[in-house]
Amino acid sequence: MSISLLLLLVAAIGVTGYVGGNRRAQALAGGRLSSLHSRPGYYGSLVAIWALLPAIAVLLVWIVASPVYIGSTIRSGFPEAVQAEPQATQNLNYNMVGAIARGLKLLTPEERATISADAAAARALLSSKGVPLAADPAPYMVEAAQNLDRMTTTSRMIVTVLVLAAALAGAVVAYRSVAPRLRARNRVEGVMLAGLVGASSIAILTTIGIVASMLTEAVHFFSMVPAWEFFFGTVWDPRFAAAGATDSSGQFGLIPLLAGTLYIGFVAMLVAVPVGLFAAIYMAEYASSHFRSVAKPLIEVLAGIPTIVYGFFALASVGPFLRDISAQLNGLATGSYASFIQAQSVLTAGFVMGIMLIPYVSSLSDDIITAVPRALRDGSLGLGATRSETIKRVVLPAALPGIVGALLMTASRAIGETMIVVLAAGVAARMQLNPFEPMTTVTVKIVNQLTGDLEFTSPQTLVAFALGITLFFITLCLNIYALYIVRKYREQYE
Amino acid sequence: MNILSEAAVEKALDKKMNDVSYKMIGQDVSVYYGDKRALYDVNLNVRENTVTALIGPSGCGKSTFLRTLNRMNDTIDGCRVTGRIALDGDDIYDPSIDVVELRARVGMVFQKPNPFPKSIYENVAYGPRIHGLARTRAEMDAIVEKSLQRAGLWNEVKDRLQESGTGLSGGQQQRLCIARAVAVSPEVILMDEPCSALDPIATARVEELIHELRANFTIVIVTHSMQQAARVSQRTAMFHLGQLVEENDTDKIFTNPDDQRTQDYIMGRFG
Amino acid sequence: MSQVTTSPATAAFKASVRPERRDIGLRRRYASERRFRLYGLAAIAFGLLFLFLLLSSVVSKGYTAFLQTKITIPVEFSEQVIDKDGERATDPKVLMTANYPVVARNALAKVLGVDPGDRAAMREVGGMISDSVRVQLRDLVVADPSVIGRTVDVAILAHGNVDSAYKGQIDLGVDEKNRKVSDRQVGWMNQLAETGALAGHFNTGLFTNGASSRPEAAGLGVALVGSLYMMLIVLVLSLPIGVAASIYLEEFAPKNRFTDLIEVNINNLAAVPSIVYGLLGLAVFVNFAGFPRSAALVGGLVLTLMTLPTIIIATRAALKAVPPSIRAAALGLGASNMQTVFHHVLPLAMPGILTGTIIGLAHALGETAPLLLIGMVAFVADVPATPLDPATALPVQIYMWANEAERAFVERTSGAIIVLLIFLILMNVGAILLRRRFERRW
Repeated sequence: MSISLLLLLVAAIGVTGYVGGNRRAQALAGGRLSSLHSRPGYYGSLVAIWALLPAIAVLLVWIVASPVYIGSTIRSGFPEAVQAEPQATQNLNYNMVGAIARGLKLLTPEERATISADAAAARALLSSKGVPLAADPAPYMVEAAQNLDRMTTTSRMIVTVLVLAAALAGAVVAYRSVAPRLRARNRVEGVMLAGLVGASSIAILTTIGIVASMLTEAVHFFSMVPAWEFFFGTVWDPRFAAAGATDSSGQFGLIPLLAGTLYIGFVAMLVAVPVGLFAAIYMAEYASSHFRSVAKPLIEVLAGIPTIVYGFFALASVGPFLRDISAQLNGLATGSYASFIQAQSVLTAGFVMGIMLIPYVSSLSDDIITAVPRALRDGSLGLGATRSETIKRVVLPAALPGIVGALLMTASRAIGETMIVVLAAGVAARMQLNPFEPMTTVTVKIVNQLTGDLEFTSPQTLVAFALGITLFFITLCLNIYALYIVRKYREQYE
Repeated sequence: MNILSEAAVEKALDKKMNDVSYKMIGQDVSVYYGDKRALYDVNLNVRENTVTALIGPSGCGKSTFLRTLNRMNDTIDGCRVTGRIALDGDDIYDPSIDVVELRARVGMVFQKPNPFPKSIYENVAYGPRIHGLARTRAEMDAIVEKSLQRAGLWNEVKDRLQESGTGLSGGQQQRLCIARAVAVSPEVILMDEPCSALDPIATARVEELIHELRANFTIVIVTHSMQQAARVSQRTAMFHLGQLVEENDTDKIFTNPDDQRTQDYIMGRFG
Repeated sequence: MSQVTTSPATAAFKASVRPERRDIGLRRRYASERRFRLYGLAAIAFGLLFLFLLLSSVVSKGYTAFLQTKITIPVEFSEQVIDKDGERATDPKVLMTANYPVVARNALAKVLGVDPGDRAAMREVGGMISDSVRVQLRDLVVADPSVIGRTVDVAILAHGNVDSAYKGQIDLGVDEKNRKVSDRQVGWMNQLAETGALAGHFNTGLFTNGASSRPEAAGLGVALVGSLYMMLIVLVLSLPIGVAASIYLEEFAPKNRFTDLIEVNINNLAAVPSIVYGLLGLAVFVNFAGFPRSAALVGGLVLTLMTLPTIIIATRAALKAVPPSIRAAALGLGASNMQTVFHHVLPLAMPGILTGTIIGLAHALGETAPLLLIGMVAFVADVPATPLDPATALPVQIYMWANEAERAFVERTSGAIIVLLIFLILMNVGAILLRRRFERRW
């Protein structure tokens, strides 16, 4: 029985339970609904919950546990010679067994018999049924596949029975418990509350998932490449080996990537901070409410434009423009029309990223500046200070901690930004100081290492996770510190 | 004194009677917030070296009038002032008058103490610094010390001038704000319910201070408390619903007001 | 009212003597004031200028992508070329593998009056037509084999270079050797254009076709469907989960370590670089749980996790905005906490929640980096039937086209960006309208 059919049956039991519970409650009330503790619907819901929850729990356990159990049983049935092979090969073997087992279902009994007798015939036969195999299967594989097929069928049958039994039993028990004094509403609400708690813990699960998954893969990577070579290496040259080769002779130095990330981020902040801050100051202190209501959303449009669009803008417009203008300048100055700014460069990526960051700086700082109490401004204006003196000498110093927090958050965005640098910064991992030359970043290399064919065993792939966790921790620290500062700041003025 | 003739004494007394010089003059002052009218043709003059108290129930326009005197209303969107307000005879709403200069001459102390998040010294030095009133460090130190002394705060804070002004107690903060206003050497100081956020002891201290400041400054104070008005002021103006009800010597207002509304307000029948 | 005042008559006023004027550096201070103000205006102008430059560069490069040059000519489906030996009744492969480009080339040569024997000329004629003509004619013939032997008018896609030349994007002043269309081809193009055979049509292929290495045949079909699947998954998962989490945190959660932890977590997750979510998706959904790579399902799950913090933050703000008096009223009538929230607070907060959700979805729609990592950068030519099939997404398609070298792809890329931006504008306008329509002042 397929899972979806099973789910449908369970759902039907649930609906029946709801109707039954509802009716029984009404019958028990005998026309005086006020004699019930809760409204009849709650009794129905309670029965339905009891029918659904245990059944679904059983199903989930099965979905997780059965492949693991079946897999280990089948693998332990492999010949000893096979079991001695490396893990990667074993996985391949097991995958082929799985493919054969899927194919077996499509075969007639006679054809099955042929395959059992002659493993070599299996490949041709199965591919004619639309199940391609990578290689000719070994005889033990066919046998294992038949075992697998049998076990899967049995386990399906068992789970069907178990799930249906759980649903029915739950429904019956709950149905019989329906009584006028049963606090059905409180129980249903208890289940709802549990659901709400579950939903909010997804945030924690996500964080755990991020840390755990990246840490596992990164630890895997550090078992092949020493951690100090990664963190303090100054050469990035992963040397993409041919697929399957386990040669890890490449060099994985983080420093050049980090340097590029910070340099581009620095250029971006150089653009975004003055522009964003002055824009925020103007919006908060000078602009009429009419001007503000037009200009502020327009500036914020910059934050709504996907970064890939900025990347394309950098690649197709800004980069070539800077290259051509530098050629013209050079020509005017020296007579040789060679451009000294490359189309892909720290400057291109940093500048465009800076534009992207303007709205972050401006709206975060705008909030912070507006939070400075009016009394301070009045105090300064009342002494005869001009507006700009008030801003420079009173408002900004008072807002400084908050603004620093906002800038840190923006910086963390600059460090984690991907699409602009992928398209506009270049891929050469170099350490140099010329902003007109390309450099590369941590995020670019994560993308580079993980697009294309993947193999979760080579350091070339796994290094991306080491890079990822580095990135995660840098941005995490920046954010936690920034949030802390901003929260302190807000408390001060509340 | 003895050698003065009777006639001379007579003349001197006469002169005193007529020598009421008005520091600020308000003629037909009306204020609008958008379409809403907050003040109706107020005619009120402020005498030099006198404490003038503005009293009246909340929302009567007394604070609004106060803020027109140094154009603090300019900072409120949609606020419009008509009529004529003159400082030493010059119309302060005239385009030729500069608002910064005006506020340097007419200082203001606010309802809630609002020291800047800077050191005590920097709080007081702020005004002189932006106006460039001190050329040397020593001059600045002198201004700060004198201002703090005038505000009666010097002895309490002289050992911790570099500590933050926000760390002081409420009453001290308000006196710091007064010192800050005094440091600019204004001619008029406007005070908008300066004691409403303070405890009784701090209030008494600030009232005493206002009394002393009268010698050098013209003071206009808005207050909610009639006792305070009676204690600190020589002249009192009563506002009601955006109109000036009456203005007279404080003693007269509190003993024998001309207007029934003033009488009722003072007796606590409304407010 | 002036008669009420007891002030002496105006004539008797005696103004005090104006003290000596102090120099408080007004001129210098006002100059600095003006400068400061100007910096602010300049900053805003700078931001708006680049917004304008960005949009105008995209639009000016991309609006032509919505037009596609087609050549409408009578095509003779010659049995000679398609099925010389008359085997199509017995062997269906014949019709699939026939040399359709020759059919099209011959038809065009005939219209242009080129001698079929002139091989160099014929090659250039062939270069006028898109390679996708093979598929186009094949589908036509397979669907209706009776056209063989007849002559039918067919609108054939022009080659990308001809398309660019016709749209004036190729500088014809350049030496012939250094550009992609020859003078002869340009002549033919003009000749065809004059007769009306060659003309620009609205480019429906841009919205229906899948990936192609030929710019003129490449379209956003797969990407649109992929993005649609992902948006549905994000909506279906993140809205209920986000709302449930917010309700718990805002209405029920006790103030303790656990809820503090969740709060800090949510704030941080909102700021985690999106590429990290890609790594999470790759490691957990693809590598660990064994979901197929490149599938919209995985993309949707990753984007859901990414969007959740945004939705939770917006929802909590909306719930917070409902005044406590509403809760007090419901509780006072004997409703349970749960009933109060679901019957009163939640419906009142709904507009705010939906606005936040739409904005979150718009962000998810434009997100690229995590999708690259879970393998959605694939050459997918067929529209995915289910979320489990390989698909791409709108922004990823833009990324892939941006990396193509050909001139015609720049136009496509900009066109795709316009499509993406239009979707985003529609979503944001929807959010704004929703807010305007249901905005409540308490």
